[in-house]
Amino acid sequence: MFITENAKIVEKDGKKLVTDCTCVFDGCACDDIACEVVNNEIVTVYNACKVGTANFLPCRGAERFTTPLWRASKKEAFKPISWDEALDKAADILIKAKHPMLFGWSETSVEAIREGVRLTELVGGTIDGQVTHCHGPSVQAIQEVGYAGATLGEVKNRADLIIYWGCNPMNAHARHMSRYSTYVSGFFRRHGRQERKLVVVDPRHTDTAKLADVHIQIELGSDYEAFQTLRALIRGAAVTKEKVGGIPIAVWKQLAEDMKAASYGAIFFGLGLTHSASKKNSVAAAIGLTQDLCNITKFQIMPLRGHYNVAGLNQVLSWLTGYPYGVNFARGFPRYNIGEFTGVDMLRRKEVDAMLNIAADPGAHMPQKSVQHMAEIPLIACDIHPTPTTELANLIIPGTHDGIECEASCYRMDGIPIHLRKIVDPPEGCKPSNAHWLQELVQVVEKKLGEKHV
Amino acid sequence: MPAIKIHVTSGATVPQGVIIKGGGKKLPDYRNVAAVIYLDMADFKRMGTFPGTAVEVRNECGKVVVSSQLTPDGPHPGIAFMPRGPWANVIIGPETKCSGCPQYKDTVVEVEPVPEKAPLQMADLMRQQYIDPLK
Repeated sequence: MFITENAKIVEKDGKKLVTDCTCVFDGCACDDIACEVVNNEIVTVYNACKVGTANFLPCRGAERFTTPLWRASKKEAFKPISWDEALDKAADILIKAKHPMLFGWSETSVEAIREGVRLTELVGGTIDGQVTHCHGPSVQAIQEVGYAGATLGEVKNRADLIIYWGCNPMNAHARHMSRYSTYVSGFFRRHGRQERKLVVVDPRHTDTAKLADVHIQIELGSDYEAFQTLRALIRGAAVTKEKVGGIPIAVWKQLAEDMKAASYGAIFFGLGLTHSASKKNSVAAAIGLTQDLCNITKFQIMPLRGHYNVAGLNQVLSWLTGYPYGVNFARGFPRYNIGEFTGVDMLRRKEVDAMLNIAADPGAHMPQKSVQHMAEIPLIACDIHPTPTTELANLIIPGTHDGIECEASCYRMDGIPIHLRKIVDPPEGCKPSNAHWLQELVQVVEKKLGEKHV
Repeated sequence: MPAIKIHVTSGATVPQGVIIKGGGKKLPDYRNVAAVIYLDMADFKRMGTFPGTAVEVRNECGKVVVSSQLTPDGPHPGIAFMPRGPWANVIIGPETKCSGCPQYKDTVVEVEPVPEKAPLQMADLMRQQYIDPLK
């Protein structure tokens, strides 16, 4: 609480300027945002990227949920109901279900996730999130071969070779290059971009590739081969193939030389690795390459995490259950098995008979077979705006915008916890925070189950 | 106008991110930025159409009508890009090979021009695709 009290808030001409806010868009979690507020409404946003700004200033005509909505059949229209009724119905759905899934969590606070784990344990369900079908394979690779990571501050201050592999930060993490890696001036890199070399490996000439010193346009799905080739070249082995991933071997040789010559290199990889056929093997090969390079110079590797608190779900689940995602409580204790207890798979196999979705949009981002089952089962969706998921829901719970309408915490992509500052009050009808209504739901469930809150 | 076979990869774009984060998924803008397939000029020549034509993208998972646009990230003949969203996910395979993660990049599809059709709005797509088939 003390952070909000100490925040720099300047009031002038009826406008309030709130500084040091955190952007609640992507894993960069930029904490240098300033907002101008008039009558409890944000009117101007400073420093954020285009997508980050949209978080603070919704689209013209965007609808906002402020009251719970219910429909018994998915073919009917929604009717507004009270919060008490909504929590009662949500508790009934989750308790009645034999195998409920509590999905999402990456765009809400650490505090809300903690309540979510408690709720999952009470109802004997499965807790999982977007993390599984984004950087889940990266977590698996880290479990297998370890991790040579660093913080983004270290990259900013030291890195002279930046490699973006299978990712397009100019579109998905718009301030990553300017704030943490490429353009920013650091303690040992005073001249910023002039002192850094930028290499992009991507099958398309993306907006990031357009800014690069070297763009290696490899064939789709040839990342594993390329990483192992680089490892061989760095170890001094002879490579007899003329082309790897459609790229002449001379280009890979040059990249290997650049890597060895760098005083501090940083590899950032994205969903290009985790979403192609070799999945965790590509990431494991990339980590192996980083480990090999650390014998010669200093290198780090980091996944570009998507949502602002997607790393938070991994962290909170790891402290509370010991596992990073896809955790099942059906037997009363946490179990973890990738493929068995992961969201996309359980829905595809129709093993889930009720679902609570919060701060995620699986209706838009899961394959059609999984979404089909979501349409067939009782679905509770908590969101602030209409989404494809709320179109399939029976019960819509109006969410609170964590980090804008309430104080919260999140984990940045490099695992640094960040406090999010409150800027405006939530709209009338919404609860003070997502953690708040989840705590109330836990109490309703406990009352119905006859257990005491521990 | 012949159908062509092509590899599709999906991912985030800035215009789509602005609509998603701004809460505009039920607005026509969402369809305009997400119900799109970005193709290389060489692939437009193979199909014999101009950018802007509606196309049906299909494979064994399903079929969906989207607008075809000229890629800003070319040249990448033989590779198409779709912004992630409910339209792209109609053709994404649900199989995760026990990894929890479907293959959102590199899906083989057939793209056929259908100038007489138009992409559906989000709510209509969800209803037609998932709610109407319910008993």
